[in-house]
Amino acid sequence: MSAPARDIRRSAAGPVLSARDLHTWFELRQWGFLRVGSVRAVDGVNFELQAGEAVAFVGESGCGKSSLARTLLGLHQPTRGEVIFEGRSLGTLDARERKTYLARVGFVQQDPYGALPPFMDVRRILHEPLIVHGVRNRAEREKRAREALEEVRLSPPDDFLSKFPHMLSGGQQQRVVIARALILRPAMIIADEPVSMLDASVRVEILQLLRSIQTNHGLTLAFITHDLSTVRHFAERIFVMYAGRIVEQAPVNELLNHPQHPYTQALLGAISDPDPDNALQMREVPPGEPPSLLKPPAGCRFHPRCNRMIPGTCDQEDPPEFEPRNGHHTACWLYR
Amino acid sequence: MRPLLDGLRRMGRYPSALVGLAIIFALVGTAVFTVVTIPYGQALELWRGGDVWRMHPVNARPAWVDRIAGSNLPRTIVVSSDDAVIEEEPFVGGNRLRIPLEFDFDYDGFPSELNLFLTSSHTEREPFVRLTWETPDGRELNLGGRRPAREERVSISQDWELERRLGRVPHVGLFAAEPEGDGPPEVIGGRYRLVVDAITFEADARVDADLVVYGRVHGLAGTDHQRRDLMVALLWGIPVALAFGLLAAVGTTVTTLVIAAAGVWYGGWVDAVIQRLTEVNIILPMLPILVMVGTLYSTSIWVMLGVVIALGIFSAGIKMYRAMLLPIRESPYIEAAKAYGAGNARIILRYMIPRILPVLIPTFVTLIPTFVFLEASLALLGLGDPVLPTWGKVMNDAQTQSALYHGFYYWVLSPAALLMLTGLGFAMLGFALDRIFNPRLRTM
Ligand SMILES: Nc1ncnc2c1ncn2[C@@H]1O[C@H](COP(=O)(O)OP(=O)(O)OP(=O)(O)O)[C@@H](O)[C@H]1O
Ligand code: SF4
Ligand SMILES: [Mg+2]
Repeated sequence: MSAPARDIRRSAAGPVLSARDLHTWFELRQWGFLRVGSVRAVDGVNFELQAGEAVAFVGESGCGKSSLARTLLGLHQPTRGEVIFEGRSLGTLDARERKTYLARVGFVQQDPYGALPPFMDVRRILHEPLIVHGVRNRAEREKRAREALEEVRLSPPDDFLSKFPHMLSGGQQQRVVIARALILRPAMIIADEPVSMLDASVRVEILQLLRSIQTNHGLTLAFITHDLSTVRHFAERIFVMYAGRIVEQAPVNELLNHPQHPYTQALLGAISDPDPDNALQMREVPPGEPPSLLKPPAGCRFHPRCNRMIPGTCDQEDPPEFEPRNGHHTACWLYR
Repeated sequence: MRPLLDGLRRMGRYPSALVGLAIIFALVGTAVFTVVTIPYGQALELWRGGDVWRMHPVNARPAWVDRIAGSNLPRTIVVSSDDAVIEEEPFVGGNRLRIPLEFDFDYDGFPSELNLFLTSSHTEREPFVRLTWETPDGRELNLGGRRPAREERVSISQDWELERRLGRVPHVGLFAAEPEGDGPPEVIGGRYRLVVDAITFEADARVDADLVVYGRVHGLAGTDHQRRDLMVALLWGIPVALAFGLLAAVGTTVTTLVIAAAGVWYGGWVDAVIQRLTEVNIILPMLPILVMVGTLYSTSIWVMLGVVIALGIFSAGIKMYRAMLLPIRESPYIEAAKAYGAGNARIILRYMIPRILPVLIPTFVTLIPTFVFLEASLALLGLGDPVLPTWGKVMNDAQTQSALYHGFYYWVLSPAALLMLTGLGFAMLGFALDRIFNPRLRTM
């Protein structure tokens, strides 16, 4: 069985991927069996991704972005809710369909060196997914490995095929990771902070590469980032996550120019610094403690840190999603 | 596999690795040579002992011992009637034969034994044979007459009548000067002759004779109490030891590694069961179990190998491998492999195990001689393979024959030296590899 051909038009009618009431909780146990609670890394996430669009997930460290990405990839079993890909819920797929799904969704990780097996050369690394997906013909695999390397601008491929990961620069390593994610000709790529561990000088290059591959092939791209300042150029829509939930979503310019949720406003406040060096390291979190995912605050999870908190409401009732502006959704009582 | 190749290339910089490799290559080369020149079946045949060895001395020491001691003890001399000038005198209904068996004897000691092997081709009537011993100083001794069967072994050394006549055991008395007083006997060097006078009573019956003057020195390895050349066992001990050590090391390492990796990968109850089994197995004493199996079931080397591997599967190595594999299980490249759909077996065998392989190679190399020693220890305890010639069995024979008490040091030292050499070769290579593959040790 060879990997399914890329065909995004078929699904153009509906969303490619959607999450419905998605929860991923990690049980904490003491002495291996006593349950002492759950880390609610993903705690009620809903969204829909259209074919061919690029979206960014932003949010501070520990808010559950990686857990969400892993759940979408089927690496974590959702505790509740479902992930729907091309109209089918992942939970209902049998083993073979699940494998096909994995071929349709590529994964780009944060740490490129860690993401590549150090004892395999680039050729082997790129052949592996093909072997797993039953491409028996070596010449065919080699051809596709070369194509993938060309695609990520590692050319001529012969210079790279027999190199080992430690012989490549960080940026080259990440290109190999992207080539591996592309080699099964996926319909969608999930990238978890694809540039945060790279040298500042190559970050933009890698983002541009992802973006151009995404537009050339009409892929759906979901990428996670800390860096709000560059999002504008590489995504159409932004999802802002806070404590396992999406608190605001809107098209990129709309969100950056008119942030509605106080958390987003605080995030953006931190990057309005005109100095580009500071802007790049946006990690200045809004003041206050990040919330506990073990015992999230009652009501709006942001209320202990929110400067516009409405007493009696925000600290007691969970805000539902409002649409204060066209196409701009946010979960905040201010827009009731 | 690149780190592996890099590591191997770096071996050139470690003299101990080269010495170790040289020893191992020498052993392997000798093993191959042995197996080719003395095929398996022949080796077993030889080691079973018996008539094949009738012309070898008992407990002769190796030539090098004689050389080091500066002595010139007798070698074994075989004089055959095929090389003798036979006088023939036919008569009606028979034949008179005179077979002079001549040899030069120029050694500092007496032979260890004296035997004459007679072969007669008669059909019905045995010939009559008379033996005369002639010394270099011109004495003649009548060793008596007899009627030999078709195959007759005349044990001159055990001729008590002769011993009484000479006042000494024949193989000493026949080579000694006339006794003067009570002093120790003195060897006379020169040309000796045993004349075999045979009368056959059938026209074309023949008599052939082989005189064996057994020495006290034999070959490079000496002989044991059953006249067997120890070289057979010393040589065949090499392939047996290497094969046993290698198979046991491979068998235990591979199974242990796969089980440890599976435990780490699946986690949960699989891991728990593996851990508990390991803990139980660690406290099981290996040697007593092997002794029991050997005593009650079989001492075949293959059975022992099986038991050693079986007991080695859940060995302490599992704990070590587990500690190394746990962080690897969480590494992003494993997550990536899962994300493109790699199955459990593939992840364990192709992604987890290769990662720790370089670290294991030195351990593996140093593990080989421990199994070689184990096999030797079993043989020394009398649980050696019933048919194979091995170093351990040589030492076991030496022990039961009180070799050290009798001064046959070579009998114990040669196999022990080979064992040590094997250990040394693998240890030197292993330690060098350890420095190469585990650089943190380099400063220690
Ligand atoms: N396998 C797991 N078992 C238990 N807890 C986990 C597991 N994976 C993640 N968590 C917890 O879930 C929470 C969210 O983690 P996650 O990695 O999803 O955050 P993130 O938004 O990606 O953070 P970062 O920006 O630092 O990467 C964290 O508190 C983390 O400790
Ligand atoms: S719901 Fe209330 S506490 Fe939460 S962000 Fe909006 S105003 Fe702040
Ligand atoms: Mg993360």
